[in-house]
Amino acid sequence: MTRLVETIRSHAALIPATAMIGLFMIVPILIILVYSFLAPGDYGGVKPEFSADAYQRLLFQRDLFDQLVFDPAYLKIAFRSVWVAIVSVVGCLVLGFPVAYYIACQPEERRNIFLLLITIPFWTNLLIRTYCWILVLRDTGLINGGLMKLGLIDAPLTLLYTEGAIALGLIYTYVPFMVLPIYAALERLDRRLIEAARDLYSNRWVALRHVVIPLAMPGIIAGSILVFIPALGAFIAPDLLGGGKNLMLGSLVQLQFSSARNWPFGSALAMVIMAMVLICLYAYARSSKKNGGGMVH
Amino acid sequence: MNQKHDIRWLPGFNWVTLSFFLFLYLPLIILVVFSFNASRSATVWSGFSLEWYVKAFANDDIQRATKNSLIIAVCATFNATIMATMAALSLSRNRAVKNKHLFGGVLILPLMVPEIVTAVATLTFFSAIGLSLGLGNIIIAHSVFCIPFAYLPIRARLDGMDENLEAAAQDLYSNKWDTLRLITLPILMPGIVSGAMLAFIISLDDFIITLMVAEAGSTTLPIYIYSLVRVGITPEVNAISTVLLGISVLIVTASYLVGKKK
Amino acid sequence: MKKITTSLLGLLLSTSAAFAEGELFIYNWTDYTSPELIKKFEAETGISVTLDTYDSNETLLAKLQSGATGYDIVVPSHNFVEIFVSEGLLQPINASELEGAANLNADFTSPSWDKDNTYTIPWQWGTTSFTVNTDVYGGDINTYDVLFQPSEELQGKIGMFKSADEVISMGLISLGLPLCNENPEDMQKVLDLLKAQKPHVKTYNSDGILERLTSGDVAVHQNWNGYSIRARDENPAMKYAFPKEGVIAWADNIAVPKGAPNYDNAIKFIEFLLDPENIAIQSNFAGYSNGISGSDAHMSEKLKTAHELSPPEGTPLVFSQTCSPEAVELQNRVWTALLQ
Repeated sequence: MTRLVETIRSHAALIPATAMIGLFMIVPILIILVYSFLAPGDYGGVKPEFSADAYQRLLFQRDLFDQLVFDPAYLKIAFRSVWVAIVSVVGCLVLGFPVAYYIACQPEERRNIFLLLITIPFWTNLLIRTYCWILVLRDTGLINGGLMKLGLIDAPLTLLYTEGAIALGLIYTYVPFMVLPIYAALERLDRRLIEAARDLYSNRWVALRHVVIPLAMPGIIAGSILVFIPALGAFIAPDLLGGGKNLMLGSLVQLQFSSARNWPFGSALAMVIMAMVLICLYAYARSSKKNGGGMVH
Repeated sequence: MNQKHDIRWLPGFNWVTLSFFLFLYLPLIILVVFSFNASRSATVWSGFSLEWYVKAFANDDIQRATKNSLIIAVCATFNATIMATMAALSLSRNRAVKNKHLFGGVLILPLMVPEIVTAVATLTFFSAIGLSLGLGNIIIAHSVFCIPFAYLPIRARLDGMDENLEAAAQDLYSNKWDTLRLITLPILMPGIVSGAMLAFIISLDDFIITLMVAEAGSTTLPIYIYSLVRVGITPEVNAISTVLLGISVLIVTASYLVGKKK
Repeated sequence: MKKITTSLLGLLLSTSAAFAEGELFIYNWTDYTSPELIKKFEAETGISVTLDTYDSNETLLAKLQSGATGYDIVVPSHNFVEIFVSEGLLQPINASELEGAANLNADFTSPSWDKDNTYTIPWQWGTTSFTVNTDVYGGDINTYDVLFQPSEELQGKIGMFKSADEVISMGLISLGLPLCNENPEDMQKVLDLLKAQKPHVKTYNSDGILERLTSGDVAVHQNWNGYSIRARDENPAMKYAFPKEGVIAWADNIAVPKGAPNYDNAIKFIEFLLDPENIAIQSNFAGYSNGISGSDAHMSEKLKTAHELSPPEGTPLVFSQTCSPEAVELQNRVWTALLQ
């Protein structure tokens, strides 16, 4: 009995968070797991009869003439979303790391102001801010208008409704999720550490690579997770800035719960997405265990 | 302190930071400018007018939605940050806890499930157990998915911290709580602040989960704005966003002045 | 302290006594309920109204199917009424027995989606087709060829809706095929048509239509008629098309969900809406036609003369239908194949 009490006591700090997630996340996930093995209701919802159709549908489709064929459509959509999410992570990293470093080097009073300055734009709704990007990027928009007025181009550049526009939109949406964790990790950047590094390495940039980046690594990992996973399921930037001409995972899953009226398939997609993310994180955790250190452990 | 002589300075990083803030604020400037647009369009200028502010101030629904959003965000941030801090401390420092991988995975579970799925499942669950707390339902749902956003920066900070400091403090202070309060938490503060900020902005902008879980009378600002599909976005949205911006700038200024006093 | 508390309590109680007639929770699209209408209703009945919003019929369906309650009035589109009824999500209002039932327009008395008006009365109705910027294109706009076989000046400047149902329905009508089609060969033809059109389409999006038209991003965009009036306000060259092959029509309806906490107040609101003067306030606000005869006398000049609200003689109005699960499945496959 005391062992149980002892275990609970030592885990006490963990209990609120895990209980919260346990109850309000795991139970819903179980519901979704069950849904993925049921048949779709006639008008949405589910029918209480078992069916593995949803999972079969991921790779095999009945075409318009009811023949079962291998269907790469969903794989295409998945790869596209993963690719765009990776590009977003890289973009956020390239843009976000210098910013986090810069802020971490500021005198103490100024740092929090910079952080607050980063979050102020996010008090306004994402949809309306994305509309503003339309104004900037479209054929008659600010960039094209400015370039044409300066005489640098004759015809407008197609900036909007491209994959580049989607990447821009996603980076814009998620960059604070990269900056803030890296800043939190880097904030301990001690002058003496850098002095020592400069003594060891001839070059500032080499010192950066061998000292600063390892220090920032937990933040970089955290930031990458916080950008990659939401970017996988994003739909605002892809729809508004990308023209909606190609489906992404986020829109695809949403579609199943709205006009496609196939909740089991949507649930199956969700299960698969979750499984893949968990596998990646687990693989990362295993590899970092070997190297001693890392985020998820 | 002249930056050129600060040993930590790296060339070009200040330009990147400047461009970053320009990038971040460009849409905002557009947003504020167009809140004064004379026509219905949110992106095609037709002249100056205050009509949208007048409309927004007369519009009870949009004000109620904004109030709901702010209340939910503050409560969810508070809950999530506290729970995340406790969990991070436990997973990072407490040797008695086994299966750290498992717990770590559970804590970021809300991130991994597509929002629409969480939304429908949570609604089904809430209806099944008959949970009906008005805004409370939404606050619970938000607290859950804000936890990973608060947890990861705090954990990143903890992992980078020097455990020797705490070991030394343990020698000085007999009490675990004192060590926590006087050493660990102050050093952890940048992580906690980062986590809280992320949780706040994530909660303020959430649409899908809130849409499904909201009860009658609990419409939030994102729901209001996204549901404008039938009639289209008008600069009234710009106007209310500018007002929110004004509030956030006031809060930043206030905290700066308070910080200065210290 | 005690004195202050009791006087505060008294103040609170007295203000709520002003709304002692109770509450009403309306669930609708944003900006689709006239504030003036609500204020008039509140003043006349003393009922306090709370408005909540949703973004699509699908959301409403998903919410009610998952057990959400608390709403007294919901506004489903006509092709969803059958679904809501068969899923047991609505309760009868028996509008034919209510005061003012005689005011219902002939087209909306016992319509195909709701026999005897057991569950609904019309809120607003309109058509879905497309808006053309006649500054860019001067030809005949009353045909679907403008969308599906665009001339050179329109290529690359077309905007379509994001919803599978609305895009595919237009494709079916333009090919002269029946709606809610369960024939795979017919749907293959639609898929081919849409695939051929795709390179000329700038974007598949149902938000920000006004922005795209007025900024010149697109020269023709799928649109609803009331929204098109707003485009014409910005640029008089924006004309709403009535394709001779047939124009899609829709009607949003007022209904009461099962489990509504204030059924009697909901009925009071419905009787309020059956009055031509009241529903005209709503039409003037939203810019759409309504289903109550006699409201014309109270509508604004602008609406009475708007060409968007009056289809030319002989144009077939095709009300979209509730599609069977098989038809929805075919629709899904076409849509995914188009956008993969």
